[in-house]
Amino acid sequence: MIAPTLVFGWGNPSRGDDALGPLFVDRIAELQLPGVECLTDFQLQVEHALDLENRRRILFVDASIDTAPPFTVKRLEAARDASFTTHAMTPEAVMQVYFELHDEAPPPCTLLAVCGERFELGEGISPAAASHLAAALAWAKAWLAD
Amino acid sequence: MTFELETAIAPEKLRRVAIDPVSRVEGHGKVTILLDDDNKVHQVRLHIVEFRGFEKFIQGRPYWEVPVMVQRLCGICPVSHHLAASKAMDMMLGVKELTPTAEKIRRLMHYGQILQSHALHFFHLSSPDLLFGFGSNVAARNIVGVVAAHPEIAKKGVLLRKYGQEVIRMTAGKRVHGTGSIPGGVNKSLSDGERADLLKDIYQMVAWSRDAVGMIRQLFEQNLAEYNDFGRFRSSGMCLVRADGAMDLYHGGLRARDTDGNTLFDHFNYGRYWEVIAEDVKPWSYMKFPFFKSLGPDDGSYRVGPLTRVTQCDSIPTPLADKEREEFMAFDGGSVTGATLGYHWARMIEMLHAAESIKDLLHDDDILGHDLMATGQRQQRGVGVIEAPRGTLIHHYRVDENDLVIRANLIVSTTHNNQAMNTAVREVAKKYLNGREITEGLLNHIEVAIRAFDPCLSCATHALGQMPLEVAIVGADGRVLDEATRDHRGLTRESS
Repeated sequence: MIAPTLVFGWGNPSRGDDALGPLFVDRIAELQLPGVECLTDFQLQVEHALDLENRRRILFVDASIDTAPPFTVKRLEAARDASFTTHAMTPEAVMQVYFELHDEAPPPCTLLAVCGERFELGEGISPAAASHLAAALAWAKAWLAD
Repeated sequence: MTFELETAIAPEKLRRVAIDPVSRVEGHGKVTILLDDDNKVHQVRLHIVEFRGFEKFIQGRPYWEVPVMVQRLCGICPVSHHLAASKAMDMMLGVKELTPTAEKIRRLMHYGQILQSHALHFFHLSSPDLLFGFGSNVAARNIVGVVAAHPEIAKKGVLLRKYGQEVIRMTAGKRVHGTGSIPGGVNKSLSDGERADLLKDIYQMVAWSRDAVGMIRQLFEQNLAEYNDFGRFRSSGMCLVRADGAMDLYHGGLRARDTDGNTLFDHFNYGRYWEVIAEDVKPWSYMKFPFFKSLGPDDGSYRVGPLTRVTQCDSIPTPLADKEREEFMAFDGGSVTGATLGYHWARMIEMLHAAESIKDLLHDDDILGHDLMATGQRQQRGVGVIEAPRGTLIHHYRVDENDLVIRANLIVSTTHNNQAMNTAVREVAKKYLNGREITEGLLNHIEVAIRAFDPCLSCATHALGQMPLEVAIVGADGRVLDEATRDHRGLTRESS
């Protein structure tokens, strides 16, 4: 049985605040919410388009150095953006691959971008990022309860 | 000594074009090209920023943590680092032979990694160039363009990659940060249900892999002169081979041949790799330049990876891939075996070999066994070598009496290929850029040459027009004459 809600976070847990995505997903997984599946990876990739199948909604979670603290939320649309590196795709690009493969729009996707500051190898998350993570989790609990 | 086009005689009088992609996770690469007023190429350098810091990161950690920790080196081939580190720690524990179940589970994991990595590279990184042309419209030259124009090809790529990931998940225990391989063996085998799940689709994967070999062969047939000449140069090579000389991507002895095909060393014990390989440094690059000691730094550079493995092995131990190897070696009188773009063809032969090997292992009851661990006499040093998707990967550790790592040295395949990639880029620059106005399409030719090697930064080198990128043309007086930045928002250009 595929869970209707997917929470998908990405980042490298050993690169400072890049761990925000996986940490967020770990905390949500601990809640064992019914109907919610949690997945993480180092970065988004083409095969993740298949993880969107048969969902009611998807919450993508990533660390961002560009976003306003503590976090921002935006509804995503599939897009042929110019960010295709294919080793590190944007969620919009993953949605576009879903669209092209299935010839239908992907389920509704939301991006939760949590503000990070430091991304050096071997660092833990910064105090500011820990605070942003707590705020993002509080928002997500309400969003997931909807 | 410097190589042709490595260092210009009077660089201060030349224009500088820099291809400078930025990647958050895998490091980054940068190409600088010095041109005179007639656009004649005088100097070309590929700079790759390597993660030497990771070796420090490992020091002081208990040895049993290392196979899991090294997966965080980068997100592209974590399984290769997981297995190379495990093999090094096997040696450190004095384990000379794994249990049959442990070795076969590790091999299954490794072939899953080869399958998914080669599928991603061919179907999603390189197919845009190969299907649309190296200088084609940048707006279409990406995977979305491939999906739109060739949906069946893109879908095969996605499903092959997904299948490889499933093999990894079932053998490593998790989709990412797997813990399946541990010093001395593995901590899980496959269940009957997992084997049945993987068996359902493996025959389709073998068929699609075979189709992919046919596809790259057809592309060569259609563009033989261009593909054969593109970035072509003579090179020595190195790879692991099995005791009988057959291809073995998981274990074996080191085989090296010079540019004329003469054997430099064969079945060499990789536990003493430093006796045959040394690393040179260049003042302009952070990444080292490995070379064969017997030939010296000027003549001893070499290349690793699929092209070397397929051409240097005596056979491939799965029938379909071996037949394809024979046809590859004989094609056009053997000319493709020395072509830089021959990497793509060789890579697909290896993908077929990986799919066949997975099929064979899934029919072997040893993968269901419960004898998972071997023991031995504890040593202080361990070396693990594996043929990763991109080439030979060396992990070397020293561990103290408290079980803590006190020294680590990693030589990754992209480092082995450093000189080879620089040479390929210079060959392409000479042929395609010399005397011509520099365009995005022409610069992409440089990236096509780099991408053939599938370096760890191949994501970054695929970036021109597709990820954050800066190109600057600098005049002889150091003034920036033209500067373009391209990222996911599009192109912005500022000219003085």
